[in-house]
Amino acid sequence: MDQVMLQRAFYGALALLTLTALGIGLAMAGASGVAFGLFTAMTLGGALVCVWERSVVRSAFSLMATFTGVSGYFVLLEADFLAMAQILIYVGGILALLLFGVMLCPPDMEERQLKRVLPGLGIVGAAVAWLSMEVAGSARWYVDAGAPVGDALAEGEFSNARQIGVGFLGIDQYVVAFELAAIVLTVALVAAVYIARRSSVDLEPREGDA
Amino acid sequence: MFSLAFAPLDAVRTAAAQVQGSQINDFLGEVKPDFVPGWAVPLTAAAIAVGIAMAIVSLIAMIGTWLERKVSGHIQCRYGPMRVGWHGWLQPLVDGIKLLLKEDMIPKGADRVLFVLAPAIVLASVMAAMVAFPLGPGFYFADINLGIFFILAMTSTTTIGVVMAGWSSNSKWSLYGAMREAAQVVAYEIPLGISLLVPIMVAGTFNLIEASNGQGGGLGIFNWYIWPWVNPFMLPAFLLFFVAILAETKRAPFDLPEAESELVAGFLTEYSGIRWSFFFMEEYAAMFLYCVVGSFFFFGGFESPLTSIARTTDVNVLIQVAAATTIILKGFAGLFLMMWLRWTLPRVRIDQVMTMGYKYLTPLALACVFGAALFEAFLAPVLPWRS
Repeated sequence: MDQVMLQRAFYGALALLTLTALGIGLAMAGASGVAFGLFTAMTLGGALVCVWERSVVRSAFSLMATFTGVSGYFVLLEADFLAMAQILIYVGGILALLLFGVMLCPPDMEERQLKRVLPGLGIVGAAVAWLSMEVAGSARWYVDAGAPVGDALAEGEFSNARQIGVGFLGIDQYVVAFELAAIVLTVALVAAVYIARRSSVDLEPREGDA
Repeated sequence: MFSLAFAPLDAVRTAAAQVQGSQINDFLGEVKPDFVPGWAVPLTAAAIAVGIAMAIVSLIAMIGTWLERKVSGHIQCRYGPMRVGWHGWLQPLVDGIKLLLKEDMIPKGADRVLFVLAPAIVLASVMAAMVAFPLGPGFYFADINLGIFFILAMTSTTTIGVVMAGWSSNSKWSLYGAMREAAQVVAYEIPLGISLLVPIMVAGTFNLIEASNGQGGGLGIFNWYIWPWVNPFMLPAFLLFFVAILAETKRAPFDLPEAESELVAGFLTEYSGIRWSFFFMEEYAAMFLYCVVGSFFFFGGFESPLTSIARTTDVNVLIQVAAATTIILKGFAGLFLMMWLRWTLPRVRIDQVMTMGYKYLTPLALACVFGAALFEAFLAPVLPWRS
Protein backbone atom coordinates (compact mmCIF):
# COMPACT_ATOMS: atom_id res chain seq x y z
CA MET A 1 0.00 0.00 0.00
CA ASP A 2 1.31 3.42 -0.81
CA GLN A 3 1.47 6.30 1.58
CA VAL A 4 -1.76 8.02 0.49
CA MET A 5 -3.84 4.84 0.80
CA LEU A 6 -2.37 4.20 4.22
CA GLN A 7 -3.21 7.73 5.26
CA ARG A 8 -6.81 7.37 4.08
CA ALA A 9 -7.21 4.03 5.81
CA PHE A 10 -5.90 5.54 9.03
CA TYR A 11 -8.29 8.48 8.99
CA GLY A 12 -11.18 6.18 8.03
CA ALA A 13 -10.40 3.99 11.03
CA LEU A 14 -10.28 7.11 13.17
CA ALA A 15 -13.76 8.17 12.02
CA LEU A 16 -15.01 4.65 12.75
CA LEU A 17 -13.49 4.84 16.23
CA THR A 18 -15.28 8.12 16.86
CA LEU A 19 -18.64 6.72 15.78
CA THR A 20 -18.14 3.60 17.91
CA ALA A 21 -17.22 5.69 20.94
CA LEU A 22 -20.32 7.85 20.45
CA GLY A 23 -22.54 4.77 20.04
CA ILE A 24 -21.21 3.04 23.15
CA GLY A 25 -21.56 6.26 25.13
CA LEU A 26 -25.14 6.81 23.99
CA ALA A 27 -26.11 3.26 24.79
CA MET A 28 -24.54 3.34 28.25
CA ALA A 29 -25.35 6.76 29.67
CA GLY A 30 -27.52 8.87 27.34
CA ALA A 31 -26.55 12.47 26.64
CA SER A 32 -23.62 12.58 29.03
CA GLY A 33 -22.49 9.30 27.49
CA VAL A 34 -22.42 10.94 24.06
CA ALA A 35 -20.25 13.66 25.54
CA PHE A 36 -18.07 11.02 27.17
CA GLY A 37 -17.74 9.18 23.85
CA LEU A 38 -16.92 12.42 22.03
CA PHE A 39 -14.21 13.36 24.51
CA THR A 40 -12.81 9.82 24.40
CA ALA A 41 -12.65 9.97 20.62
CA MET A 42 -10.98 13.38 20.78
CA THR A 43 -8.40 12.25 23.33
CA LEU A 44 -7.55 8.97 21.65
CA GLY A 45 -7.86 10.33 18.11
CA GLY A 46 -5.60 13.29 18.84
CA ALA A 47 -3.02 11.01 20.41
CA LEU A 48 -3.17 8.54 17.49
CA VAL A 49 -2.78 11.31 14.92
CA CYS A 50 0.11 12.69 16.96
CA VAL A 51 1.93 9.37 16.72
CA TRP A 52 0.89 8.57 13.17
CA GLU A 53 1.37 11.84 11.32
CA ARG A 54 4.72 12.26 9.59
CA SER A 55 4.53 16.02 9.69
CA VAL A 56 5.80 17.15 13.09
CA VAL A 57 3.70 20.30 13.06
CA ARG A 58 0.51 18.36 12.36
CA SER A 59 1.42 16.06 15.23
CA ALA A 60 1.74 19.05 17.52
CA PHE A 61 -1.58 20.50 16.34
CA SER A 62 -3.34 17.20 16.93
CA LEU A 63 -2.40 17.45 20.59
CA MET A 64 -4.99 20.21 20.82
CA ALA A 65 -7.73 17.61 20.41
CA THR A 66 -6.16 15.46 23.12
CA PHE A 67 -5.85 18.31 25.61
CA THR A 68 -9.39 19.49 24.91
CA GLY A 69 -10.75 15.97 25.25
CA VAL A 70 -9.07 15.53 28.62
CA SER A 71 -10.51 18.83 29.81
CA GLY A 72 -13.89 17.52 28.67
CA TYR A 73 -13.44 14.58 31.04
CA PHE A 74 -12.83 17.03 33.86
CA VAL A 75 -16.04 18.86 32.96
CA LEU A 76 -18.00 15.63 33.09
CA LEU A 77 -16.49 14.86 36.48
CA GLU A 78 -17.55 18.30 37.76
CA ALA A 79 -13.94 19.46 38.12
CA ASP A 80 -14.61 22.72 36.31
CA PHE A 81 -11.55 24.55 37.62
CA LEU A 82 -9.29 21.73 36.50
CA ALA A 83 -10.97 21.64 33.08
CA MET A 84 -10.44 25.33 32.45
CA ALA A 85 -6.90 25.27 33.83
CA GLN A 86 -6.20 22.37 31.46
CA ILE A 87 -7.32 24.44 28.46
CA LEU A 88 -5.67 27.65 29.62
CA ILE A 89 -2.32 26.09 30.46
CA TYR A 90 -2.02 23.20 28.02
CA VAL A 91 -3.74 24.57 24.92
CA GLY A 92 -3.14 28.30 25.44
CA GLY A 93 0.35 28.09 26.89
CA ILE A 94 2.25 24.84 26.52
CA LEU A 95 0.95 23.90 23.07
CA ALA A 96 1.68 27.41 21.75
CA LEU A 97 5.26 27.16 23.02
CA LEU A 98 5.55 23.61 21.69
CA LEU A 99 4.48 24.82 18.24
CA PHE A 100 7.01 27.59 18.50
CA GLY A 101 9.73 25.03 19.04
CA VAL A 102 8.47 22.62 16.40
CA MET A 103 8.12 25.27 13.71
CA LEU A 104 11.70 26.39 14.28
CA CYS A 105 13.05 22.84 13.93
CA PRO A 106 14.09 21.51 10.52
CA PRO A 107 11.78 18.69 9.37
CA ASP A 108 13.41 15.28 9.58
CA MET A 109 11.25 12.68 7.90
CA GLU A 110 13.55 9.76 8.76
CA GLU A 111 12.86 10.25 12.43
CA ARG A 112 9.14 9.92 11.95
CA GLN A 113 8.91 6.38 10.62
CA LEU A 114 6.46 4.33 12.61
CA LYS A 115 8.50 1.15 12.56
CA ARG A 116 11.41 2.90 14.19
CA VAL A 117 9.40 4.13 17.14
CA LEU A 118 7.11 1.12 17.47
CA PRO A 119 9.19 -0.95 19.98
CA GLY A 120 9.70 1.97 22.32
CA LEU A 121 6.08 2.97 21.86
CA GLY A 122 4.95 -0.53 22.85
CA ILE A 123 7.02 -0.58 26.02
CA VAL A 124 5.99 2.90 27.14
CA GLY A 125 2.37 2.23 26.20
CA ALA A 126 2.26 -1.01 28.19
CA ALA A 127 3.84 0.71 31.20
CA VAL A 128 1.35 3.58 31.08
CA ALA A 129 -1.57 1.18 30.64
CA TRP A 130 -0.46 -0.88 33.63
CA LEU A 131 0.00 2.26 35.72
CA SER A 132 -3.42 3.65 34.86
CA MET A 133 -5.05 0.29 35.65
CA GLU A 134 -3.34 0.37 39.05
CA VAL A 135 -4.48 3.92 39.71
CA ALA A 136 -8.02 3.19 38.55
CA GLY A 137 -8.12 0.17 40.82
CA SER A 138 -6.86 1.96 43.92
CA ALA A 139 -8.78 5.24 43.48
CA ARG A 140 -11.94 5.83 45.50
CA TRP A 141 -14.69 6.65 43.01
CA TYR A 142 -17.59 8.53 44.55
CA VAL A 143 -20.25 6.66 42.69
CA ASP A 144 -22.88 5.46 45.15
CA ALA A 145 -25.02 7.28 47.67
CA GLY A 146 -23.21 9.42 50.18
CA ALA A 147 -20.99 11.07 47.60
CA PRO A 148 -19.86 14.25 49.40
CA VAL A 149 -19.34 16.21 46.21
CA GLY A 150 -22.69 15.18 44.76
CA ASP A 151 -24.65 16.35 47.79
CA ALA A 152 -23.01 19.75 47.87
CA LEU A 153 -23.54 20.07 44.12
CA ALA A 154 -27.23 19.34 44.43
CA GLU A 155 -27.54 22.16 46.96
CA GLY A 156 -25.65 24.51 44.67
CA GLU A 157 -23.10 25.34 47.35
CA PHE A 158 -20.08 23.54 45.99
CA SER A 159 -17.33 25.59 44.42
CA ASN A 160 -14.16 24.01 43.15
CA ALA A 161 -12.32 27.33 43.37
CA ARG A 162 -13.30 27.68 47.03
CA GLN A 163 -12.20 24.10 47.76
CA ILE A 164 -8.84 24.77 46.16
CA GLY A 165 -8.45 27.98 48.14
CA VAL A 166 -9.26 26.15 51.39
CA GLY A 167 -6.75 23.44 50.46
CA PHE A 168 -4.09 26.07 49.79
CA LEU A 169 -4.53 28.28 52.83
CA GLY A 170 -6.38 26.00 55.26
CA ILE A 171 -4.96 23.37 57.58
CA ASP A 172 -3.19 21.50 54.79
CA GLN A 173 -1.13 24.54 53.70
CA TYR A 174 -0.55 23.18 50.21
CA VAL A 175 0.38 26.68 49.15
CA VAL A 176 3.93 26.20 50.49
CA ALA A 177 4.59 23.21 48.23
CA PHE A 178 2.92 25.04 45.35
CA GLU A 179 5.09 28.13 45.77
CA LEU A 180 8.23 26.00 46.07
CA ALA A 181 7.41 24.27 42.79
CA ALA A 182 6.81 27.67 41.19
CA ILE A 183 10.20 28.92 42.36
CA VAL A 184 11.93 25.81 41.00
CA LEU A 185 10.23 26.34 37.63
CA THR A 186 11.21 30.02 37.56
CA VAL A 187 14.83 29.19 38.36
CA ALA A 188 14.85 26.55 35.61
CA LEU A 189 13.40 29.06 33.14
CA VAL A 190 15.89 31.80 33.98
CA ALA A 191 18.73 29.29 33.81
CA ALA A 192 17.56 28.09 30.38
CA VAL A 193 17.45 31.65 29.08
CA TYR A 194 20.91 32.33 30.52
CA ILE A 195 22.45 29.22 28.94
CA ALA A 196 20.82 29.90 25.56
CA ARG A 197 22.05 33.49 25.58
CA ARG A 198 25.57 32.56 26.53
CA SER A 199 25.99 30.05 23.72
CA SER A 200 24.70 32.45 21.06
CA VAL A 201 27.07 35.15 22.27
CA ASP A 202 29.95 32.68 22.10
CA LEU A 203 29.09 31.77 18.53
CA GLU A 204 28.94 35.32 17.27
CA PRO A 205 31.11 37.66 19.30
CA ARG A 206 30.16 41.22 18.58
CA GLU A 207 32.04 44.47 19.02
CA GLY A 208 31.58 45.93 22.48
CA ASP A 209 29.83 42.84 23.78
CA ALA A 210 30.94 42.23 27.32
CA MET B 1 -11.10 -5.20 36.26
CA PHE B 2 -13.59 -4.57 33.50
CA SER B 3 -16.21 -3.12 35.81
CA LEU B 4 -13.56 -0.98 37.48
CA ALA B 5 -12.47 0.40 34.17
CA PHE B 6 -16.00 1.58 33.55
CA ALA B 7 -16.47 3.07 37.00
CA PRO B 8 -15.75 6.59 35.66
CA LEU B 9 -18.72 6.27 33.36
CA ASP B 10 -20.99 5.73 36.38
CA ALA B 11 -19.49 8.79 38.01
CA VAL B 12 -20.28 10.69 34.84
CA ARG B 13 -23.87 9.51 34.95
CA THR B 14 -24.41 10.61 38.54
CA ALA B 15 -22.66 13.91 37.94
CA ALA B 16 -24.69 14.65 34.84
CA ALA B 17 -27.91 14.04 36.73
CA GLN B 18 -26.95 16.79 39.12
CA VAL B 19 -25.72 19.35 36.65
CA GLN B 20 -27.84 22.45 36.81
CA GLY B 21 -28.85 22.84 33.20
CA SER B 22 -29.15 26.09 31.35
CA GLN B 23 -32.46 27.86 30.93
CA ILE B 24 -32.84 26.51 27.41
CA ASN B 25 -32.28 23.02 28.73
CA ASP B 26 -34.91 23.43 31.46
CA PHE B 27 -37.41 24.90 29.03
CA LEU B 28 -36.90 22.08 26.52
CA GLY B 29 -37.24 19.52 29.29
CA GLU B 30 -40.66 20.95 30.17
CA VAL B 31 -42.07 21.04 26.64
CA LYS B 32 -40.55 17.70 25.56
CA PRO B 33 -43.14 15.22 24.21
CA ASP B 34 -42.98 11.71 25.62
CA PHE B 35 -41.72 9.94 22.51
CA VAL B 36 -38.52 12.03 22.46
CA PRO B 37 -35.74 10.29 24.44
CA GLY B 38 -34.31 12.19 27.39
CA TRP B 39 -30.80 12.41 26.03
CA ALA B 40 -32.00 14.49 23.10
CA VAL B 41 -32.84 17.45 25.37
CA PRO B 42 -29.34 18.58 26.38
CA LEU B 43 -28.05 17.95 22.86
CA THR B 44 -30.80 20.11 21.34
CA ALA B 45 -30.19 22.76 23.99
CA ALA B 46 -26.50 22.76 23.09
CA ALA B 47 -27.34 23.11 19.39
CA ILE B 48 -29.65 26.05 20.08
CA ALA B 49 -27.03 27.70 22.29
CA VAL B 50 -24.45 27.32 19.52
CA GLY B 51 -26.88 28.91 17.05
CA ILE B 52 -27.50 31.87 19.33
CA ALA B 53 -23.80 32.28 20.05
CA MET B 54 -23.11 32.27 16.31
CA ALA B 55 -25.79 34.88 15.70
CA ILE B 56 -24.40 37.09 18.46
CA VAL B 57 -20.84 36.75 17.16
CA SER B 58 -21.82 37.68 13.61
CA LEU B 59 -24.06 40.55 14.76
CA ILE B 60 -21.25 42.01 16.86
CA ALA B 61 -18.85 41.59 13.94
CA MET B 62 -21.30 43.39 11.61
CA ILE B 63 -21.82 46.32 13.97
CA GLY B 64 -18.11 46.32 14.83
CA THR B 65 -16.90 46.61 11.25
CA TRP B 66 -19.39 49.36 10.49
CA LEU B 67 -18.43 51.23 13.64
CA GLU B 68 -14.73 50.82 12.87
CA ARG B 69 -15.13 52.32 9.42
CA LYS B 70 -17.25 55.19 10.69
CA VAL B 71 -14.94 55.93 13.62
CA SER B 72 -11.81 55.76 11.48
CA GLY B 73 -13.50 57.94 8.87
CA HIS B 74 -14.50 60.64 11.30
CA ILE B 75 -11.11 60.59 13.02
CA GLN B 76 -9.49 61.19 9.63
CA CYS B 77 -12.06 63.87 8.66
CA ARG B 78 -13.87 61.55 6.23
CA TYR B 79 -17.42 60.22 6.29
CA GLY B 80 -16.75 56.50 5.97
CA PRO B 81 -19.45 54.38 4.28
CA MET B 82 -22.45 56.55 3.39
CA ARG B 83 -24.23 54.90 0.43
CA VAL B 84 -25.97 51.76 1.69
CA GLY B 85 -28.70 52.71 4.13
CA TRP B 86 -28.69 55.59 6.60
CA HIS B 87 -25.03 56.58 7.07
CA GLY B 88 -24.08 53.25 5.49
CA TRP B 89 -25.42 51.09 8.30
CA LEU B 90 -26.26 48.27 5.86
CA GLN B 91 -22.69 48.24 4.53
CA PRO B 92 -21.60 45.15 6.56
CA LEU B 93 -24.49 43.16 5.06
CA VAL B 94 -23.35 44.03 1.55
CA ASP B 95 -19.77 43.28 2.55
CA GLY B 96 -20.89 39.90 3.81
CA ILE B 97 -22.52 39.05 0.49
CA LYS B 98 -19.37 40.15 -1.32
CA LEU B 99 -17.18 37.98 0.90
CA LEU B 100 -19.43 34.97 0.40
CA LEU B 101 -19.34 35.39 -3.37
CA LYS B 102 -15.57 35.86 -3.56
CA GLU B 103 -13.43 33.06 -4.86
CA ASP B 104 -12.23 30.84 -2.04
CA MET B 105 -8.55 30.32 -2.70
CA ILE B 106 -6.21 27.82 -1.09
CA PRO B 107 -2.56 28.27 -2.05
CA LYS B 108 -0.98 25.35 -3.87
CA GLY B 109 1.78 24.78 -1.33
CA ALA B 110 -0.55 25.09 1.65
CA ASP B 111 -1.38 22.33 4.07
CA ARG B 112 -5.03 22.04 3.02
CA VAL B 113 -6.41 20.39 6.14
CA LEU B 114 -4.87 22.85 8.57
CA PHE B 115 -5.59 25.78 6.25
CA VAL B 116 -9.31 24.97 6.33
CA LEU B 117 -9.32 24.08 10.02
CA ALA B 118 -7.62 27.27 11.25
CA PRO B 119 -10.49 29.76 10.75
CA ALA B 120 -12.89 27.25 12.30
CA ILE B 121 -10.77 26.91 15.45
CA VAL B 122 -10.37 30.66 15.73
CA LEU B 123 -14.11 31.26 15.44
CA ALA B 124 -15.01 28.32 17.68
CA SER B 125 -12.82 29.61 20.50
CA VAL B 126 -14.60 32.95 20.68
CA MET B 127 -18.02 31.34 20.27
CA ALA B 128 -17.28 29.02 23.18
CA ALA B 129 -16.23 31.98 25.26
CA MET B 130 -19.44 33.81 24.29
CA VAL B 131 -21.44 31.11 26.13
CA ALA B 132 -20.32 32.59 29.45
CA PHE B 133 -21.58 36.09 28.55
CA PRO B 134 -24.82 36.78 30.46
CA LEU B 135 -27.19 39.22 28.76
CA GLY B 136 -29.15 39.89 31.93
CA PRO B 137 -29.09 38.83 35.59
CA GLY B 138 -31.67 36.16 34.75
CA PHE B 139 -30.97 35.72 31.05
CA TYR B 140 -27.94 33.65 30.09
CA PHE B 141 -26.83 30.42 28.40
CA ALA B 142 -24.83 29.10 31.29
CA ASP B 143 -24.27 30.64 34.69
CA ILE B 144 -20.74 29.35 35.00
CA ASN B 145 -19.29 29.52 38.48
CA LEU B 146 -15.85 30.31 37.13
CA GLY B 147 -17.17 32.50 34.29
CA ILE B 148 -14.15 34.76 33.89
CA PHE B 149 -11.73 31.86 34.07
CA PHE B 150 -13.74 30.09 31.37
CA ILE B 151 -13.61 33.13 29.09
CA LEU B 152 -9.84 33.49 29.54
CA ALA B 153 -9.32 29.78 28.87
CA MET B 154 -11.45 29.70 25.74
CA THR B 155 -10.06 32.86 24.17
CA SER B 156 -6.52 31.61 24.78
CA THR B 157 -7.11 28.83 22.25
CA THR B 158 -7.37 31.46 19.50
CA THR B 159 -3.57 31.46 19.44
CA ILE B 160 -3.50 27.89 18.20
CA GLY B 161 -5.84 28.77 15.33
CA VAL B 162 -3.73 31.75 14.33
CA VAL B 163 -0.49 29.76 14.49
CA MET B 164 -2.20 27.06 12.43
CA ALA B 165 -3.25 29.65 9.85
CA GLY B 166 0.23 31.10 9.71
CA TRP B 167 2.00 27.77 9.35
CA SER B 168 -0.39 26.11 6.91
CA SER B 169 -0.34 29.11 4.54
CA ASN B 170 3.24 28.21 3.64
CA SER B 171 4.20 31.85 3.28
CA LYS B 172 6.91 33.69 5.13
CA TRP B 173 4.65 36.65 5.93
CA SER B 174 2.07 34.35 7.44
CA LEU B 175 4.63 32.46 9.48
CA TYR B 176 6.14 35.67 10.85
CA GLY B 177 2.67 36.87 11.79
CA ALA B 178 1.88 33.59 13.52
CA MET B 179 5.15 33.63 15.48
CA ARG B 180 4.50 37.16 16.62
CA GLU B 181 0.96 36.25 17.63
CA ALA B 182 2.11 33.27 19.69
CA ALA B 183 4.84 35.25 21.45
CA GLN B 184 2.61 38.25 22.07
CA VAL B 185 -0.42 36.38 23.38
CA VAL B 186 1.59 34.16 25.71
CA ALA B 187 3.36 37.25 27.05
CA TYR B 188 0.19 39.27 27.65
CA GLU B 189 -1.99 36.50 29.06
CA ILE B 190 0.01 36.78 32.29
CA PRO B 191 -0.65 40.48 33.06
CA LEU B 192 -4.24 40.05 31.84
CA GLY B 193 -4.97 37.28 34.31
CA ILE B 194 -3.07 38.91 37.17
CA SER B 195 -4.68 42.33 36.75
CA LEU B 196 -8.12 40.65 36.75
CA LEU B 197 -7.25 39.16 40.14
CA VAL B 198 -7.70 42.59 41.75
CA PRO B 199 -11.46 42.90 41.05
CA ILE B 200 -11.87 39.15 41.60
CA MET B 201 -10.38 39.62 45.06
CA VAL B 202 -12.70 42.52 45.84
CA ALA B 203 -15.75 40.74 44.44
CA GLY B 204 -14.84 37.41 46.01
CA THR B 205 -16.11 35.54 42.97
CA PHE B 206 -15.22 34.45 39.44
CA ASN B 207 -18.85 34.63 38.39
CA LEU B 208 -19.78 37.55 36.12
CA ILE B 209 -23.34 37.91 37.46
CA GLU B 210 -22.23 37.78 41.09
CA ALA B 211 -19.53 40.36 40.40
CA SER B 212 -22.19 42.63 38.92
CA ASN B 213 -24.48 42.07 41.92
CA GLY B 214 -21.65 43.11 44.22
CA GLN B 215 -21.64 46.57 42.62
CA GLY B 216 -25.33 47.33 43.11
CA GLY B 217 -26.71 50.34 45.02
CA GLY B 218 -25.26 53.86 45.15
CA LEU B 219 -27.55 55.09 42.33
CA GLY B 220 -26.07 52.39 40.12
CA ILE B 221 -22.81 54.28 39.69
CA PHE B 222 -21.00 54.92 42.97
CA ASN B 223 -20.41 51.29 43.90
CA TRP B 224 -18.55 50.36 40.72
CA TYR B 225 -15.28 48.67 41.54
CA ILE B 226 -13.29 51.15 39.49
CA TRP B 227 -13.74 53.97 42.02
CA PRO B 228 -10.76 54.64 44.29
CA TRP B 229 -12.92 54.57 47.42
CA VAL B 230 -13.71 50.90 46.77
CA ASN B 231 -10.07 49.97 46.30
CA PRO B 232 -7.39 52.44 45.16
CA PHE B 233 -5.55 49.74 43.21
CA MET B 234 -8.52 49.18 40.94
CA LEU B 235 -7.74 51.99 38.49
CA PRO B 236 -4.11 50.93 37.80
CA ALA B 237 -5.35 47.35 37.52
CA PHE B 238 -7.87 48.45 34.92
CA LEU B 239 -5.25 50.31 32.90
CA LEU B 240 -3.04 47.19 32.89
CA PHE B 241 -6.05 45.08 31.95
CA PHE B 242 -6.91 47.39 29.08
CA VAL B 243 -3.39 47.37 27.65
CA ALA B 244 -3.35 43.57 27.96
CA ILE B 245 -6.66 43.13 26.13
CA LEU B 246 -5.44 45.41 23.34
CA ALA B 247 -2.49 43.06 22.90
CA GLU B 248 -4.62 39.91 23.30
CA THR B 249 -7.04 40.99 20.58
CA LYS B 250 -4.17 42.10 18.31
CA ARG B 251 -5.47 45.67 18.15
CA ALA B 252 -3.31 48.65 17.33
CA PRO B 253 -0.90 49.70 18.75
CA PHE B 254 -0.25 45.96 19.25
CA ASP B 255 -1.37 44.67 15.84
CA LEU B 256 2.06 43.24 15.09
CA PRO B 257 0.75 39.83 13.93
CA GLU B 258 -0.99 41.47 10.97
CA ALA B 259 1.18 44.56 10.61
CA GLU B 260 0.39 45.50 7.02
CA SER B 261 3.32 47.82 6.51
CA GLU B 262 5.89 45.10 7.20
CA LEU B 263 4.17 41.71 6.89
CA VAL B 264 1.61 42.35 4.08
CA ALA B 265 -1.23 41.07 6.29
CA GLY B 266 0.56 38.69 8.63
CA PHE B 267 -1.24 35.39 9.13
CA LEU B 268 -4.14 36.65 6.98
CA THR B 269 -2.01 37.08 3.86
CA GLU B 270 -3.12 33.92 2.05
CA TYR B 271 -6.75 33.95 3.15
CA SER B 272 -9.61 35.28 1.06
CA GLY B 273 -13.37 35.42 1.02
CA ILE B 274 -15.41 34.04 3.87
CA ARG B 275 -12.46 32.31 5.56
CA TRP B 276 -10.73 35.66 5.81
CA SER B 277 -13.83 37.21 7.32
CA PHE B 278 -13.93 34.50 10.01
CA PHE B 279 -10.75 35.96 11.46
CA PHE B 280 -12.34 39.39 11.57
CA MET B 281 -15.51 38.07 13.14
CA GLU B 282 -13.33 36.55 15.84
CA GLU B 283 -11.43 39.78 16.31
CA TYR B 284 -14.50 41.96 16.83
CA ALA B 285 -16.32 39.39 18.95
CA ALA B 286 -13.25 38.94 21.15
CA MET B 287 -12.87 42.71 21.50
CA PHE B 288 -16.48 43.03 22.54
CA LEU B 289 -16.22 40.10 24.93
CA TYR B 290 -13.13 41.49 26.66
CA CYS B 291 -14.81 44.90 26.94
CA VAL B 292 -17.85 43.21 28.49
CA VAL B 293 -15.59 41.38 30.94
CA GLY B 294 -13.94 44.69 31.79
CA SER B 295 -17.30 46.33 32.43
CA PHE B 296 -18.43 43.41 34.60
CA PHE B 297 -15.36 43.55 36.81
CA PHE B 298 -14.56 47.27 36.81
CA PHE B 299 -17.53 49.29 35.59
CA GLY B 300 -20.53 47.86 37.36
CA GLY B 301 -21.71 45.21 34.92
CA PHE B 302 -25.50 45.39 34.82
CA GLU B 303 -25.56 48.26 37.29
CA SER B 304 -26.33 51.71 35.93
CA PRO B 305 -28.84 54.48 36.71
CA LEU B 306 -31.07 52.90 34.05
CA THR B 307 -31.08 49.55 35.86
CA SER B 308 -31.67 51.30 39.19
CA ILE B 309 -34.75 53.03 37.77
CA ALA B 310 -35.99 49.76 36.28
CA ARG B 311 -35.53 48.06 39.67
CA THR B 312 -37.98 50.49 41.29
CA THR B 313 -40.75 49.29 38.96
CA ASP B 314 -40.27 45.70 40.15
CA VAL B 315 -41.18 44.32 36.72
CA ASN B 316 -38.75 41.50 35.92
CA VAL B 317 -38.85 41.95 32.14
CA LEU B 318 -38.05 45.65 32.47
CA ILE B 319 -35.09 44.90 34.77
CA GLN B 320 -33.70 42.31 32.37
CA VAL B 321 -34.06 44.64 29.37
CA ALA B 322 -32.44 47.53 31.26
CA ALA B 323 -29.58 45.28 32.36
CA ALA B 324 -29.05 43.94 28.84
CA THR B 325 -29.10 47.48 27.40
CA THR B 326 -26.60 48.60 30.02
CA ILE B 327 -24.12 45.82 29.41
CA ILE B 328 -24.35 46.09 25.62
CA LEU B 329 -23.85 49.86 25.73
CA LYS B 330 -20.87 49.43 28.05
CA GLY B 331 -19.41 46.82 25.73
CA PHE B 332 -19.71 49.10 22.74
CA ALA B 333 -18.29 52.02 24.70
CA GLY B 334 -15.21 49.89 25.29
CA LEU B 335 -15.16 48.92 21.62
CA PHE B 336 -15.26 52.61 20.67
CA LEU B 337 -12.35 53.34 22.99
CA MET B 338 -10.30 50.58 21.36
CA MET B 339 -11.06 51.97 17.89
CA TRP B 340 -10.22 55.49 18.98
CA LEU B 341 -6.84 54.25 20.22
CA ARG B 342 -6.23 52.31 17.01
CA TRP B 343 -6.64 55.37 14.83
CA THR B 344 -4.66 57.60 17.18
CA LEU B 345 -1.56 55.70 18.23
CA PRO B 346 1.33 54.51 16.04
CA ARG B 347 2.31 50.83 16.13
CA VAL B 348 5.02 49.74 18.56
CA ARG B 349 7.91 47.47 17.58
CA ILE B 350 7.79 43.74 18.39
CA ASP B 351 10.70 43.90 20.85
CA GLN B 352 9.00 46.82 22.57
CA VAL B 353 5.83 44.75 22.82
CA MET B 354 7.68 41.89 24.49
CA THR B 355 9.66 44.17 26.81
CA MET B 356 6.50 45.93 27.87
CA GLY B 357 4.68 42.68 28.57
CA TYR B 358 7.35 40.88 30.53
CA LYS B 359 9.37 43.65 32.13
CA TYR B 360 6.73 46.25 32.96
CA LEU B 361 3.15 45.00 32.84
CA THR B 362 3.70 41.73 34.72
CA PRO B 363 5.59 43.22 37.71
CA LEU B 364 3.18 46.16 37.84
CA ALA B 365 0.20 43.79 37.85
CA LEU B 366 1.78 41.76 40.66
CA ALA B 367 2.39 44.95 42.65
CA CYS B 368 -1.26 45.90 42.09
CA VAL B 369 -2.47 42.54 43.39
CA PHE B 370 -0.21 42.83 46.44
CA GLY B 371 -1.39 46.34 47.25
CA ALA B 372 -5.02 45.47 46.69
CA ALA B 373 -4.68 42.40 48.91
CA LEU B 374 -3.22 44.51 51.73
CA PHE B 375 -6.03 47.03 51.32
CA GLU B 376 -8.66 44.30 51.34
CA ALA B 377 -7.17 42.62 54.39
CA PHE B 378 -6.57 45.63 56.63
CA LEU B 379 -8.41 48.75 55.42
CA ALA B 380 -11.57 47.45 53.75
CA PRO B 381 -13.05 45.92 56.95
CA VAL B 382 -12.84 49.24 58.80
CA LEU B 383 -14.15 51.46 56.00
CA PRO B 384 -17.85 52.17 56.69
CA TRP B 385 -18.90 52.07 53.00
CA ARG B 386 -17.18 48.71 52.40
CA SER B 387 -18.62 46.71 55.28
